This record gives sequence, C-alpha cells and structure tokens, in this order.
Amino acid sequence: MQVTMTVNDVEVTREIEGRLLLVHFLRDVLGLTGTHSGCDTSNCGTCVVWLDGEPVKSCTVLAAMAGGHQVRTVEGLAKGAELDPVQQGFMQCHGLQCGFCTPGMMMTARALLNRNPDPSEAEIREAISGQICRCTGYATIVRSVRWAAVHEANAAAAVTETTESPEAGEIDNAGQPAGSVA
Amino acid sequence: MQVPAPFEYERATSVDHAISLMERLGSTSRLIAGGHSLLPMMKLRLASFDYLIDINDLHDELGYIEAGPGEVRIGALTRHRELLESATLTAAFPIFADAERVIADPIVRNRGTLGGSLCQADPSEDLSAVCTALDASCVIRGPGGAERVLSMEEFHVGPYETAVGDGEILVEVRLPVRPGCGSSYEKVERRAGDWAVVSAGAAVWLDGDVISDARVGLAAVGPNTTGIPEISTALRGQTPSESLFEQAGAIAARSCEPATDQRGSADYKRHLADELTRRTLRRAVERARS
Ligand SMILES: Cc1cc2nc3c(=O)[nH]c(=O)nc-3n(C[C@H](O)[C@H](O)[C@H](O)COP(=O)(O)OP(=O)(O)OC[C@H]3O[C@@H](n4cnc5c(N)ncnc54)[C@H](O)[C@@H]3O)c2cc1C
Ligand code: FES
Ligand code: FES
Repeated sequence: MQVTMTVNDVEVTREIEGRLLLVHFLRDVLGLTGTHSGCDTSNCGTCVVWLDGEPVKSCTVLAAMAGGHQVRTVEGLAKGAELDPVQQGFMQCHGLQCGFCTPGMMMTARALLNRNPDPSEAEIREAISGQICRCTGYATIVRSVRWAAVHEANAAAAVTETTESPEAGEIDNAGQPAGSVA
Repeated sequence: MQVPAPFEYERATSVDHAISLMERLGSTSRLIAGGHSLLPMMKLRLASFDYLIDINDLHDELGYIEAGPGEVRIGALTRHRELLESATLTAAFPIFADAERVIADPIVRNRGTLGGSLCQADPSEDLSAVCTALDASCVIRGPGGAERVLSMEEFHVGPYETAVGDGEILVEVRLPVRPGCGSSYEKVERRAGDWAVVSAGAAVWLDGDVISDARVGLAAVGPNTTGIPEISTALRGQTPSESLFEQAGAIAARSCEPATDQRGSADYKRHLADELTRRTLRRAVERARS
C-alpha cells in the first residue's frame, strides 16, 4: 500500500506493507535513525516521536496509521542550526550518558513544555514515567528539562523587556542560580 | 525486532463504513483503535488477522464525553488522556481520574481508548472495573445501524471475550447519573505504569445517611473483571461504618479467584482485594457526603 505523511515538515510518500511499524518506517525506510528502538513492547519509550504534536510510542503505531498525519522526530527538534532549549538543557545539565534514551526523552520534554511551560519536578517525572533510562538515574534529565523551562521563560522575558524582575529565573530543582541559564 | 504477521490495512471513514468493511471482510478482520493492546498481541503472534480496520479517523464521531441529566455518555474512541483530563467526568465520577492516573503511562494514554480497553477484556484491565462499579451500559452497533445496549455483566463474556460480534462495533458507554453518588479507585502496582497486582473500584449512592446502592469492581483477581453483587446486597439499606466496609472487604476476598504469578501470590492478592475494597468504599462514601 502507499502511505503519505509529513515528517518534520516534509511530505513523504512510500510503498509499504500494512504491518510496517512507524518506528521502522522512520528508521529503515526514511533513514531517520535518531528515533531509537529499545524494547519493542511499548515499555521503554526510546521510540517516542510526535503524531500530530502528541508523543506516541512509535513501536506500537502502524506507519499506515500515520498516513495523512504530521510526524515529528528528534531530527525535527532543532530550528536549523539552533538547538531547541531542551537539547541545550540536556547538554548543560548532563541529561545523557550513553544517549540511547535521549531522543525519546527530549521529544516528551518538548511536548510537556509546550503544554506546561513551568513544570514542577513531579510533573516532569510523571511525563517521562513511561520511559526508561539505564544511565542517568533521571535526576539530570529532570534538571535538563527544568533548565529548558527556565531558559525559555528568561528568553521570553528578555524579548518583552518588561520592567518587572523576571520571576521565572529560579531553578529550584537544579540548585543553580538564575543567572547561569542565559 | 517484533513485527505482526502480514495483513491488509483498511481505514474506516465513518462508523457505518467500518461496519460495512467488517461485514465484507468477515471474521478475518479486526478493528484497530489505539492499537496498544492489539499490536503487542499481534507482535507476539498471540493474534493475527487478514485485515485491520483503522477507526482512528472516527474520533470526531466517537470521541466525546457528554453529560446529560440522567447519564454521562462517552464515545468509544475517547482516549485515556481525554478521560483523565475531562472536568465533567471528574466532577461526576472521580473514580475515572483515580483510575486513569494509574493506567499505563502518559504516552500510552495518548493512544489507548475506552472502547479498546473494554473490548480487549483483559482481566487486569482497569476501565472495566471502573465501568462495572458505575453500572455502565455498552452500546453496540451492528449492520443496518441496529443498536444493542448491554450491561457490563452481559458485555463481558469471558477473558478477552466480549458480546461484540463480527460486524459489530462498540460505539458508546453510558453511565447512569443518580443522586448522592461517590466513587473511588485504588490500584497496587509493582512500578509506575505497570498493570495492576490488584485494583478495586467502588461506587456508592447515599440517600441521607443510608446506602441506597453500592457496587464494587475488581481487576486482576480472576478470569474476568469481577463485579460482586453480594457486596451490593450486603450494603444496601445500611448506614456506612467501618465494620460494614470490613464485611464488604471480606466478601471481596472470598469472591475473587486470583492466581499466583510473578505479580504476587493468590493469598497476597486476596488480601489486597479485601483492603482495596475497604479503602475505596470508605473514600466513595466520603466523596458522596461532600
Ligand atoms: C505499556 C502498556 C501498559 C499498559 N498498562 C495498562 C494498565 O495499567 N491498565 C490498563 O487498563 N491498560 C493498560 N494498557 C492497555 C492500554 O490501556 C490499551 O491501550 C487499551 O487497553 C486498549 O485500547 P486501544 O484503543 O489501544 O485498543 P486496541 O489495541 O486498538 O484494541 C483492543 C481490542 O479491542 C477491539 N476494539 C477496539 N475498539 C473497538 C470498538 N470501538 N468496538 C469493537 N472492538 C473494538 C480491537 O479490535 C481489539 O481486539 C497498557 C498498554 C501498554 C502498551
Ligand atoms: S521500543 Fe517502543 S517503547 Fe520501547
Ligand atoms: S542516557 Fe543511557 S539510557 Fe539514558
């Protein structure tokens, strides 16, 4: 069968088998290997991509089901050469070690921040509760997401140039002063 | 790499179209909603079909939560996340949010649906216990638009088996709204996002300080999600009290049929059925009073 979908803003059409899973379509057909495949059983979350803006485990979605829909992968996270604040956060706060879980974690984090720009540590942990990291112990991942939240709030405050002092400057979970995020 | 056996993919554009596809393709076809129960089973080759009929495009038609005076109606394609985030549903039946918070994880909840959960009829599945506690009825549509309305007891035929026949689709779940209702859900799981070791849901209806009706649904303690009529009989007409909850817990422990497995021993699960029944009834009564 033929499937057409938009992946990272580019429309793609391919001849596929009905049983092809979205994760394999992205990795093996399109060569977008940023999306990882870990458990095959919808448990580890390394395969998380967005379907119409919402995180999904792409090992449990048929490629055919994405036909006519918008898919975004980690390759579509940066804006050109400028890394997304979530990507910067993972660099700044050592949110990764081996990096295997990282693409899925970042896609979930970005979706969370889109809905909730100022998530608490508990809300971040809840958002990534369906994803497994074998390296970091999650503390640095949570810190990375907070970094991104604060960074974005500060950037937005800088743009509006309000006279009030930006309240969003604290990084409570990271224990870092507000100034370090610029 | 686990992949399902080959099948043909079809996409339904309306409920009637889905039914006509099923009529044409027969028992070798299966509906796919969120796919989060069906695809894992197909990957493991526990199930295989010649045709999968994708009903996700029917979300406009089958994804809704509507509160009327006598009942709340929920479309079969309403996703876990929508159930969790519905203020209407939480206000009427807090048991839903209690349960949804502990069903799978937020990403799985973005896909899985109410209809898929009920039709999967996994004995450990949580929403069947919720719907059993709330005395829900299931609306099944078949060829020619004919509809049947079944109680949860009639709907669940056995483990992984429901009354939905070939060429039929579950379209809606109806929850009766009666005054003085309180409800609650509790689940014991081994780790975040896991299936239940045991879970229990309770709903009570108070008339003044007397229980006019009460229902308990359990999951993961038997071949099917278990509603326990004996508890309803014991509670009706009584004034809520700790000793009454104890009595209900004892009935729950004795009525269920847990199996020893990697999640726990049968004895432990009976203990949980007892304790969770007491806790959910206690909380349901508190909520009915507030
Ligand atoms: C990692 C993981 C953890 C999970 N943990 C839990 C948990 O803790 N508790 C829990 O309750 N569930 C859990 N689930 C199951 C999850 O809730 C499923 O998504 C849900 O049970 C099935 O919904 P679905 O829409 O994905 O159904 P699908 O997988 O699409 O379908 C399931 C079955 O129902 C049939 N069907 C679907 N819709 C209809 C309809 N409208 N009419 C007739 N037949 C229909 C299909 O043909 C199929 O046979 C978990 C799943 C995963 C992957
Ligand atoms: S590979 Fe999809 S969740 Fe693990
Ligand atoms: S960084 Fe190695 S699995 Fe998360």
